Amino acid sequence: MGTDKIIVIITGFLGIIFTYWFFLRKNEKEVAVKNEVDITVSGGYSPEVILVPRGKTTKINFIRTDPTDCLSEVVLPDFKIKKQLPLNKKVSVEITPEKAGEYGYACGMNMYHGKIVVK
Amino acid sequence: MAEVKKTFPIKGMHCASCVRVIEKALSRVEGVSAATVNLAMEKASVEYDSDKVADQDLASAVANVGYKAELEEVVKDEDQQKAEKQKELNKLRNKVIFSLLLGTTVIAGAFLGLPAWMQMVLAMPVQFWVGLEFYRATIPALRHRTANMDTLVAIGTSVAFAYSVFVTLFPGVVQSVGIEPMPYFDVSTVIIGLILLGRYFEARAKAGTSEAIKRLIGLQAKTARVVRNGKEVDIPILEVVVGDVIRVRPGEKIPVDGKILEGESSIDESMVTGESIPVDKVKGDMVVGATINKTGTFTFKATKVGRDTLLSQIIKLVEEAQSSKAPIQRLADLISSYFVPVVIMLAILTFVIWYVFGPSPTFLFAMLNMVAVLIIACPCAMGLATPTAVIVGTGLGAERGILIKDAESLETAHKVNAIIFDKTGTLTYGKPEVTDVTGNILQMAASLEKGSEHSLAEAIVKKGEEEKIKFLEVTKFKAIPGHGVEGVVGGKRVVLGNRRSMAKEKIKINEKEIESLENEGKTVMMLGVEGKFKGLIAVADTLKDSAKEGVKSLQEMGIEVVLITGDNQRTANAIAKQVGIKRVLAEVLPDQKEAEVRKIQAEGKVVAMVGDGINDAPALAAANIGIAMGTGTDVAIEAAGITLINKDLRSVASAINLSKKTMRTIRLNLFWAFGYNIILIPVAMGVLYPFFHLLLSPIFASAAMAMSSISVVSNSLLLKRAKI
Repeated sequence: MGTDKIIVIITGFLGIIFTYWFFLRKNEKEVAVKNEVDITVSGGYSPEVILVPRGKTTKINFIRTDPTDCLSEVVLPDFKIKKQLPLNKKVSVEITPEKAGEYGYACGMNMYHGKIVVK
Repeated sequence: MAEVKKTFPIKGMHCASCVRVIEKALSRVEGVSAATVNLAMEKASVEYDSDKVADQDLASAVANVGYKAELEEVVKDEDQQKAEKQKELNKLRNKVIFSLLLGTTVIAGAFLGLPAWMQMVLAMPVQFWVGLEFYRATIPALRHRTANMDTLVAIGTSVAFAYSVFVTLFPGVVQSVGIEPMPYFDVSTVIIGLILLGRYFEARAKAGTSEAIKRLIGLQAKTARVVRNGKEVDIPILEVVVGDVIRVRPGEKIPVDGKILEGESSIDESMVTGESIPVDKVKGDMVVGATINKTGTFTFKATKVGRDTLLSQIIKLVEEAQSSKAPIQRLADLISSYFVPVVIMLAILTFVIWYVFGPSPTFLFAMLNMVAVLIIACPCAMGLATPTAVIVGTGLGAERGILIKDAESLETAHKVNAIIFDKTGTLTYGKPEVTDVTGNILQMAASLEKGSEHSLAEAIVKKGEEEKIKFLEVTKFKAIPGHGVEGVVGGKRVVLGNRRSMAKEKIKINEKEIESLENEGKTVMMLGVEGKFKGLIAVADTLKDSAKEGVKSLQEMGIEVVLITGDNQRTANAIAKQVGIKRVLAEVLPDQKEAEVRKIQAEGKVVAMVGDGINDAPALAAANIGIAMGTGTDVAIEAAGITLINKDLRSVASAINLSKKTMRTIRLNLFWAFGYNIILIPVAMGVLYPFFHLLLSPIFASAAMAMSSISVVSNSLLLKRAKI
């Protein structure tokens, strides 16, 4: 086997490991929210994971700065909320979770994900 | 309770006294806890319970005192959104045309021997202007350590483009390793063009899925002709307040919900309730906003405005249902969260395998196959499979007067194999009438029943009123659920009720007479005074026209139909026979209905309970799916998964059919979306090459990928034509 092939095998192997680590092994930072939180929508949601209190109403403001069509809609299925997010405009939703747990939210096509952790 | 604070501009203020007036007006709105107005800033800040107060309530409170609150208008917002969407769509179309034109020129040029550098010039705007959106989506996503469809396209086309540029600039280097210096600008440009073409059609088709809800929103009247100070004025719908008197002429749309004060008419309610035949309405009847007045002129008093109207409630319910998630989607969700990274890993693996084991020129094979893998993978189809079908399904239901609370209910309904119908108010109109009275007991019975709220009581009181009897004074009145009523009339203890009640009082009854009435499907109430039988009253309820057919169509679907009622066995059997129901659960007390539902579930059945949503809420909630017959004013019946606002019993079968058809669409979509990726990704990797020398060109991969999501959305759209 030529040196080039060995290099390709090693690089490929490292590439696969890197892809796995980069996309699937990331640590999600939880951001504790008191009453209101601004979530910037650009290539995903930041903050991506928010920590909200149980039984209280939390206002979530989405501000989309990314023109990607996929992100133009946000869905919080557990709260039966679906909103259009016009570019650079604040869109607010309110949730009052009654049960502790993790509730996912995503873009209209379920490509970008965020999480609401209720404690 | 959801306490929120909102600040909004107020127009028309000029002095400090205005501040007080507006503050007062806002505080008076029910649900507002605090209101402050700032003159300098011309703004009001209001704290209120968002469950009780809508923007329109605040706007009309301010308008009533002569100012204007500039709250965001929903209608305007939607128009704007629509215009924006259309603009985006047009832009996308132009980009598609541009890139496909240049793409075909590059292909033709490559055949005709167009120099590589000229191909590069043609491909550049496609890669960096048209394709900019892929990079724009990829870069922020990578910052978040997420990847998506755009990431795959961006990497795939960049690889093809970068290689081609290298070949163009340094053909000698490529040639020296034994590869013919041929650029692949056609691949990079055509892929971008085809993928955007797919996106364009997908966006158009997707807009079609939510047509039903748009149509509902569009039903809303824009203005109302309100009688104020004796004059008729046309005002915007947002300014109509509860209590306004509104005039409606023939052919006009009724603006809000209300009660007819004067006049009569025939009203077409089909657009809101799905009820196909126009309804005749007279003074005192309720009218529904957004329905069409056909013949007469009338005035009515607005009782519900803004988001309280039936139409607004329907829209809200449908929107909520369309935002909810069907349980079947969970697997697709799980897979799609790993999908793109896995595809990237597979693409790298493809490169390595082809480079190490592939035929020569190994680098070219490795690169083209890697690009094909990146391009053919289609996570979009998986993401669209369930939601688009749910949106079309719930929308279709709403148009027929079948309101589905959430995607889960829509999914459950297709599994139902036993349906329990409540009798009174569900199979029957719930308006019983007195048919027989034996003994001189009407006065006593009617007096006693005056204090009761039972539907049978209503019939007896009505009969008393018709006969113009004098109602006697009743003391110590008591209603015993499942038995009857008792009280003291003229110093004597009187009991009116069923067999159970008589047995409790140890009163002897004439069984034969009672049985013969019961065999006719009548409910018999017996009256006892001081422990002695005095006579009986038979009451009968009319079956709904749609009952027989509704039951029959369910039975034809192989679903067991059960009747549940508090009536005695004989009356229940008689009613059941009339509609063709074989299994009867009679003499079930209201609080036992829930237990009966559970018993049938224990037989292994998936049970739907059909009731009026008020008396049988626990049974509706206990069933796998609760189906409520709408009362015409309240659509969001909590315990029910499905509400039939058209009040048509045939719609029970339609709802189940709708669920079956929607589930079939979802399954087909998921099968397609998964099957597509499971089959074509390995093909793109080259698994067929060792056997058939078959490889997937990246251009074909992009065409397949574009088709894949279009076909899923189109399949969901087919559901619109389904007969339910």
